Amino acid sequence: MSALLRLRGITKVYPAVVASDRIDLDIEPGEIHAILGENGAGKSTLMKLIYGVSQPDEGTIQWQGKTVHIRSPAQARQLGIGMVFQHFSLFESLTVAQNISLAVKGSIKQLSAQVEETGEKFGLPIKADTVVHSLSVGERQRVEIIRCILQNPKLLIMDEPTSVLPPQGVQQLFETLRKLRAEGCSILYISHKLEEIRQLCDTATILRAGKVVASTDPAEHSNESLANLMIGRTIDPPVHAPANTGTSNRLRVKSLSHVPTDPFGTVLKDISLHVSPGEIVGIAGVSGNGQNELMRLISGEELHTIDDAGELRINDTCVNRLNPLQRRTLGLGFVPEERLGRGAVPELSLSLNGLLTAYRHGLTRLGMIRFGAARDFARQCIAEHDVRCGGEQSLAGSLSGGNLQKFIVGREIALQPSLLVLSQPTWGLDVGAANNIRRALLQLRDSGAAVLVVSEELEELFEISDRLHVMFDGHLSPSLPTRGTSTTQIGRWMSGEFLQEAATGAENH
Amino acid sequence: MLDSIVFLLAGTLAAATPLLFAAMGEAVVEKAGVLNLSIEGMMAVGAATGFAVATISGSYVSGFAMAAIGSAILSSIFAVLVLFFLANQVAAGLAVGILGLGFSVLIGKNHEGQTIKSLPDLELGWLSELPFVGGVLFSHDLMLYVAIGMIILVWWVLSHSRLGLIIRAVGESPDAASAIGYPVVLIRFLAILFGGAMAGLGGAYLTLSYTPLWAEGLVAGRGWIVVALVVFGMWRPLRIALGAYLFGAVSLLELFIQGQGFSIPSQLLSAMPYIITIVILVIMSRNPRLIRLNHPASLGQSWHRNA
Repeated sequence: MSALLRLRGITKVYPAVVASDRIDLDIEPGEIHAILGENGAGKSTLMKLIYGVSQPDEGTIQWQGKTVHIRSPAQARQLGIGMVFQHFSLFESLTVAQNISLAVKGSIKQLSAQVEETGEKFGLPIKADTVVHSLSVGERQRVEIIRCILQNPKLLIMDEPTSVLPPQGVQQLFETLRKLRAEGCSILYISHKLEEIRQLCDTATILRAGKVVASTDPAEHSNESLANLMIGRTIDPPVHAPANTGTSNRLRVKSLSHVPTDPFGTVLKDISLHVSPGEIVGIAGVSGNGQNELMRLISGEELHTIDDAGELRINDTCVNRLNPLQRRTLGLGFVPEERLGRGAVPELSLSLNGLLTAYRHGLTRLGMIRFGAARDFARQCIAEHDVRCGGEQSLAGSLSGGNLQKFIVGREIALQPSLLVLSQPTWGLDVGAANNIRRALLQLRDSGAAVLVVSEELEELFEISDRLHVMFDGHLSPSLPTRGTSTTQIGRWMSGEFLQEAATGAENH
Repeated sequence: MLDSIVFLLAGTLAAATPLLFAAMGEAVVEKAGVLNLSIEGMMAVGAATGFAVATISGSYVSGFAMAAIGSAILSSIFAVLVLFFLANQVAAGLAVGILGLGFSVLIGKNHEGQTIKSLPDLELGWLSELPFVGGVLFSHDLMLYVAIGMIILVWWVLSHSRLGLIIRAVGESPDAASAIGYPVVLIRFLAILFGGAMAGLGGAYLTLSYTPLWAEGLVAGRGWIVVALVVFGMWRPLRIALGAYLFGAVSLLELFIQGQGFSIPSQLLSAMPYIITIVILVIMSRNPRLIRLNHPASLGQSWHRNA
């Protein structure tokens, strides 16, 4: 039986890099095929070529034995190729059924029934008449998957699908994908999470620097050997020595309650936490449970209002009414989740982006910019954190997400903050880059800074943090020392169990 | 007294009609994600073209038709600038608006200060004879009813039809719409042409019915009120219509008060409709949830297909 999709000698050259270098790939009907690689290894380029977003410079694509030229996503869909993007293409103000009706033929009424029926069958429960903006990220992903399924694809491309899911959600998704496979649909699964690939996939093709370095059965490998293939060198996770914690509090949040200005934001309820010098505190939880609102309050992008209860203190100063700049002067460093637009200005060069937060550190004189010093500062961040880019004058928007993140984190660390707050610091980064950032954070901690990390990646939190909180529906759990706590415990808390424990605990008293 | 009330209410309907045409057009344009600020200019072109054509040909139908076509042509300049050359929508809208004001003077050059017989009222027989209601509702010209029809049509299309769903999708996320395979630029182009034609009808209603004469500057800021109506009406046709009628009512009240000889400065009185309409609309639209649900997310942003 011939392959469903066969790539031969696919090459795509961009001005600066060869993104795909003579790639051969065979996808059999009814298999789950992983594409594994670091950031910039050419995974997304390859997906774009298959989905018709861009066209290869050389090489042939065969679909069910016939050579095809896929010129647009519409054509790819006609052939039977569906794709679930990392960034969803849903319309927030429309309902689930309306969203789907824009892509699939049929009346809203028929589709609503179909959506719920398909959802039932594949373990993707969703109500067809909900407006999309009120759905969680995981539910939005379900909508995207259902939309693809309703178009009867023979091949479904999933781009980093688990980056937005809680641990339980991941297993649920795997069930769905296995059911799809049983129906004869092939799945191309892009990820850099080795454990998931070993659990789920039948075959793995490993890319490094645009080339296929191996095609293998992932179940026969260990995580380490897969990582070696992917990176071409061994990586050691950073050494995580016990924290040497000071007694003072760099950040103290006291019974904070807050109603965000965004009407669809999460209301924060009675949140208390503190971070001392020399420790990393992690906040776990599925995104959308109030982490963003808490981060905005800590960074000062949203101010604590008169109606809100509680208090925020940085270095023993009440900052409730202070703006972000005043908070930074108190020693706060902040790395937001969105790299483009909040962490960095895409249209400005790296050296100017460095200036944005570092200007108080000798980069200006009498209100004039010292361009030489700004360039040196940026060059230093680039060198210290292995930022791959065309030099300090390249635009922030031209860097890949991982490299830009290294630059932003590097910039904030270079300012020697006494309190560094990060949101999803290694989101979408490959193992190597993520390791570098984690190591840098541990170094910062050991030099006596207090670090607060919000992340959805449990493994990461366990790797670097000393204490862990869990956020659920605007509540923050008490903290647990990371050593001696299991991922299962945190996983249970992530679905709100700590609230019941607190309730029963109170009753017993 | 009853006569005054009939006069006020009937006048309200007439005064709101030019705004209604232009605002229904602009609602569709903005729902598709394009901010066209040239309405004042487009209405002026429609007003001058409609007047000139109707005067020369003697046909109201040709007058209104050419007004719609003329303004649509003007709006196509705007469309090309923002959709193909990716010009900033605010700047392009202002420029095309000023161009339109200039064109209107040129088109109306030979008719400056002339008057025309107003578009005749419809013969509605016994309906118009009804006490009170007949005077308020059933003694108007055809275009006033067409404008009411447009409210219902635009409301229905935007909220209940597949076409409206596509327009809203394009306005919310052109990237996503294009990814599913909708021709974003074409849809926006057609929306802009529709908006232009509607502004032209609004302008022509001014010169052919409401104040049946042509004079430079006769649109008098109504185009800007339309922009405000659409935004504060939160892109919902029925709310926008409510705003338009409110504006009409206050304009009429102003005439009425002047007629009664109150000693309020006339400049202040002339400003009242604008002030009151905006204040009330701002108060009405203070609901962030409604804004978030109705605001076209890509409004005012240039878009091009990524290769």
